[in-house]
Amino acid sequence: MTAPLIISGPHTHTLFTVSRTMLTVSAALAPATLFGLWMFGWPAIFLFLVTVASAWLFEVACLRVAGKPVARFAGDGSAILTGWLVAMTLPPYAPWWLGGTGSAIAIVIAKHLFGGLGQNLFNPAMVARAMLLIALPVHMTTWVAPVGLPEGPGFLDGLAITFAGSQEFDAVSSASTLSHIKSQIGAGATMSEIAPDLAGLEARLIGLVPGSLGETSTILLLLGGIALMALRIVTPVIPLSVLGTLAGLSALASTLAPDRFAPPLLHLTSGSTMLCAFFIATDYVTSPVTAMGKFVYGVAIGALVFVIRTWGSFPEGVAFAVLLMNACTPLIETYVRPRVFGRTRTGKPLPVKARAPRGGKR
Amino acid sequence: MSFPHFAALFRPSQFFGIRGGVHPETRKHLSSESPIEDMPIPTLLRVPLQQHIGAEAEPLVRRDDLVVKGQLIGRARGPVSANIHAPTSGRVIAVGHFAAPHPSGLPIPTITIRTDGQDSWGPRLGRLRPENATPEEIAAKVAEAGIVGMGGATFPSAVKLNLRAKYDLHTLVINGAECEPYLTCDDRLMRERAEEIADGVGIMARALGVAQIVVAIESNKAEAISAMQRFDRALDIPLRVQVVPTQYPMGSEKHLVKILTGRETPARALTADLGVVVHNAATAHAVHLAVRYGEPLLSRVVTVSGRAVRRPANVRVLIGTPVSEVIAHCDGYAEEPDRLLLGGPMMGQPIQNPRVPVVKGTSGILALTRAETPGLDTMPCIRCGRCAQACPVGLTPFELNARIQSEDLEGAGRIGLLDCITCGCCSFTCPSNIPLVQTIHYAKGKLAEAEGRRHQQEETKRLAAARKAREEAAAEAKRQMMAKRKAEMEARKQREAAAPPPPPPAQAMAQPGGAAQ
Repeated sequence: MTAPLIISGPHTHTLFTVSRTMLTVSAALAPATLFGLWMFGWPAIFLFLVTVASAWLFEVACLRVAGKPVARFAGDGSAILTGWLVAMTLPPYAPWWLGGTGSAIAIVIAKHLFGGLGQNLFNPAMVARAMLLIALPVHMTTWVAPVGLPEGPGFLDGLAITFAGSQEFDAVSSASTLSHIKSQIGAGATMSEIAPDLAGLEARLIGLVPGSLGETSTILLLLGGIALMALRIVTPVIPLSVLGTLAGLSALASTLAPDRFAPPLLHLTSGSTMLCAFFIATDYVTSPVTAMGKFVYGVAIGALVFVIRTWGSFPEGVAFAVLLMNACTPLIETYVRPRVFGRTRTGKPLPVKARAPRGGKR
Repeated sequence: MSFPHFAALFRPSQFFGIRGGVHPETRKHLSSESPIEDMPIPTLLRVPLQQHIGAEAEPLVRRDDLVVKGQLIGRARGPVSANIHAPTSGRVIAVGHFAAPHPSGLPIPTITIRTDGQDSWGPRLGRLRPENATPEEIAAKVAEAGIVGMGGATFPSAVKLNLRAKYDLHTLVINGAECEPYLTCDDRLMRERAEEIADGVGIMARALGVAQIVVAIESNKAEAISAMQRFDRALDIPLRVQVVPTQYPMGSEKHLVKILTGRETPARALTADLGVVVHNAATAHAVHLAVRYGEPLLSRVVTVSGRAVRRPANVRVLIGTPVSEVIAHCDGYAEEPDRLLLGGPMMGQPIQNPRVPVVKGTSGILALTRAETPGLDTMPCIRCGRCAQACPVGLTPFELNARIQSEDLEGAGRIGLLDCITCGCCSFTCPSNIPLVQTIHYAKGKLAEAEGRRHQQEETKRLAAARKAREEAAAEAKRQMMAKRKAEMEARKQREAAAPPPPPPAQAMAQPGGAAQ
């Protein structure tokens, strides 16, 4: 297939490339990440570095085993981004091996066993999160309050927390918003009783709540997402349909039974809703390509997130919702296709409409 | 009078352009301010006998013949073909084969003329007064002048002008979109020869019997737009200039019609089915010259551009001029080009041999530097969907590519392989730099080959069946003949046996044979 290269155009090309796409997504993730690292301090910084670095090393190892050109592929930034997203979803004080295992699952199992870049059926970061959540539920749900870098553990204490599993530092362990709601409602409390215990809306918007390393700041993730849409890296279809469906369903439920269901704003500003809507669900490889397909996919994710959060056994359902819909992507693509020019939706040529005949010329 | 359709009043496509499409850097400024210049007559002209879609023309001259300017040297053969004329006076030094202006560079029948520099005209074609001429006369004149679509498709124009016989036409669209980057020849022609183009447009409109003319020009050609807007009628047929968004591939016939009328040409149908015929602006100019002055199509305006050319320009070039001479006329190369193209950078064709001639469909000669044709490494598909977003036809090129790569041509056909217009938007926009449109070209070729083979097989089968039927019919006839003869013999024998007494039953026996006669 080298011959066609020279015999036909185009002989000009957009400057957009895979590595640029990855770089832009990373840049859009950066504000929320830096904020998370600052709020959770040294242990979070070490965990982040370990996760990203190990993701890249696993990538290089896999490329070498697969016999692919290491220099070309390892430099595209996709593995760094995957490791980054895995780190974003981990509890900030998690031990180093949790990050490393997450990277290994994401890169080796979810990405390279499926054939490498562009071939994976499931979103690697979400596969890692779901597997860790099921295998190590305690480690994956140990939250700490964000106290800021200066107030938190120092450099050496941070090293001890991440690499030695030290429990010495008296971290204020606390529940995340969603797990608090889940446990309280499960115990028979009503929303109005729980509400005073929850962090305020501003705290959730800014990110002054316990939660995963990079998921706490709703506003920064939202800004990053808007930047991605403005730069045309992602289309607004998936984010809007995910958020819209989640908000719509929770609004409906909380209007009908305000005591049993969390209100829409709570859903939108807690857990990994924002990260999912803008950075996870929009993953190119594992989401449908056409606008209509994206819409179906986004709506289904929004609905699944609501269902799993409300009735599931885990407080957060984003990873499962995304993975379930990843599995449906090929199906969606088979049935939801763009209309071809000059054809009907079913693929038949448009009818040739007869115009009023003029002077018997026909 | 029907009530105007709401969709016709508000069409977002008029403001937002066609679905999909891309916005490559146009780089038209390189040559857009250079007025059209005439190139001196080169010493050698190589005029291919096939510069159009359809059957190759039949050569009318032999080696050592003297030809004069405008003399018919190749006659159209068959209903879809075009006449070829001597672009200047001189001596025919070869009627043979020469490399085609095509990526293959394969030799094609070509008449080579050594020019004498006199440029002496022979008899011109008879002129017509289009105001009084019948549509058939105009179409015949256009056919006589050997005019083909000069936007690059090179379909014989006269065939398109005769569409009124079969279709109920109401609009002539003049395609002045020139959506390919770099090219400025139509732009310059519309700026400098607006009146002549308007006249040619009117003549064509008359031949087609349409009620209105729309000249479509992309928004980035302000001067061409204002030049053409000076005319609101052409041969008393209302003419309107419609500015269309600057977007590639705006010049695609069916997409242009969609923008202008809001109606989509059904798949496998022609725009004529909607009552619309599209002609190129340069074609209109050629029609004007042919009908008013009796000049056949002997030259065309070519954009010579690209950063490897020292002096980008718009040059009126005789058909058959070697590409290398046109580049030399533009002061040669400023640097070694990475590739040499005929046409625009999106759909143009690279040539290996710079001595191939300029033909009727050559709109541009581009010498691009390495920096202009970024050759990036191909990465795996990340399913970003940019190709599907960019596709003006609504295909999913990444899927086509995947199916073609796994040799599933039928599967590719089911998702629209044959609807592809090979505009190249997908390849242009692909961040992984996957050669999508190139792969589709390959598959289309394969499919056409398979189709040809299937057709051949069926034809063979049909012929064999026909022969068998014929033979069987012959055998049957023979058998009947034998049976008849036998019956006659029988009858005669019986008659002879029963000759003495006249026997009534024998006549009854002979009855069947008699009835067969």
